[in-house]
Amino acid sequence: MSKPVIATTSLAGCFGCHMSFLDIDDRILELIELVEFNKSPIDDIKKFTKKCDIGLIEGGCCNSENVHVLKDFREHCKILVSVGECAIMGGLPAMRNGIPISECLAEAYLNGPTVSGNEEKILPNDPELPILTDKVYPCHEVVKIDYFLPGCPPKADLIWLTLVALVTEDELQLPYEVVKFD
Amino acid sequence: MSQFVKFTIDGTECMAARGQYIVDAAKENGIYIPTLCNYPGVKPKGGCRICTVRVNGRLMTACTTPVAEGMTIESEVHDIVELRKSIVELLFVEGNHFCPGCEKSGNCELQALAYRFRIMVPRFPFQFPLRRIDASHPKIIKDQNRCILCKRCIRAIRDEEGRSVFAYRRRSSRVEVVVDPKLGKQLTDELAQKSMDVCPVGSILVKEKGFITPIGSRKYDHEAIGSDIEHIRMTKI
Repeated sequence: MSKPVIATTSLAGCFGCHMSFLDIDDRILELIELVEFNKSPIDDIKKFTKKCDIGLIEGGCCNSENVHVLKDFREHCKILVSVGECAIMGGLPAMRNGIPISECLAEAYLNGPTVSGNEEKILPNDPELPILTDKVYPCHEVVKIDYFLPGCPPKADLIWLTLVALVTEDELQLPYEVVKFD
Repeated sequence: MSQFVKFTIDGTECMAARGQYIVDAAKENGIYIPTLCNYPGVKPKGGCRICTVRVNGRLMTACTTPVAEGMTIESEVHDIVELRKSIVELLFVEGNHFCPGCEKSGNCELQALAYRFRIMVPRFPFQFPLRRIDASHPKIIKDQNRCILCKRCIRAIRDEEGRSVFAYRRRSSRVEVVVDPKLGKQLTDELAQKSMDVCPVGSILVKEKGFITPIGSRKYDHEAIGSDIEHIRMTKI
């Protein structure tokens, strides 16, 4: 029997959730017995090579590329899991919500206290660059998400217990301490 | 007329002093009814509706309804638990509650209720309202992003003459709680700390006191909100 396939990605996140994932320590050896990885920064596979069973999404959607990747994940994964506060509610990047984009860009590239050397007053406009969305969207407001793991980052135990439950199809029993929003 | 009344909560027979509010009577019997806008020693308001229970078939707020002889009270039943959960979820999407960056995280009652109810994600769309942070006061910060308008500070923080130091400003969806510009000037260190403690969320913060308790020793790090009340019941049995 082939192993369940996992894919992971970081959208508008800080990779902290992936770090927390690695925090399962030596259980990673057990994990590699249980599952196989596909598109993920962990094995550096850039494109889906097959359909996956579980997709772990870190970070919300702050630009067109995030939306594209998220939709790609929805297409290729049977189960999508929002991992961390950014994926669930936008998190730190969502603090720009409510502030007009022109103001954000002006602060970052024109008027901010750390701006130097941009004499021509150019805002990044290369057609290759993804376009910023009007606000940062939680993943479940863009595609259907099946499960949510809160935390900043979610505790390694929470990620581990969830993955084991999904792979073994056992009921998930979570101790009180494991689910925290910070 | 007897001084005590008998009633049931979810089928458990209870006894309490006549005239006690249902939340307090339940507490004495080791039963936790979740509250948010209620605060010990402050006149109950019945504003947040999280303490909603069904009394003899009718929905009432347990913080403002006194117990009476023979009352049948339902609390931990599916539809009421769902109602309480949805209120907490609505509060989360209505404001800007960025728990990871909040000084009150771990000591926050709104967050603690979400933990207790096992809310992983609110089922309503986030509103991301544009709210301001008022740090003009020398002792406290008033962060409107986190305010849930429970009125606990308005009701509890008063000067020697009994005047409220905090007040509502504007109306309807634009309403906010602010420090009274005149009375706020006399805010003592003690009252400033009390106002931070009274606030169930991280909307009132004493300056330079953020993140003072390390992660792991905060109020709701290991024990769910209300578990202290439920422990009393366990030891009684």
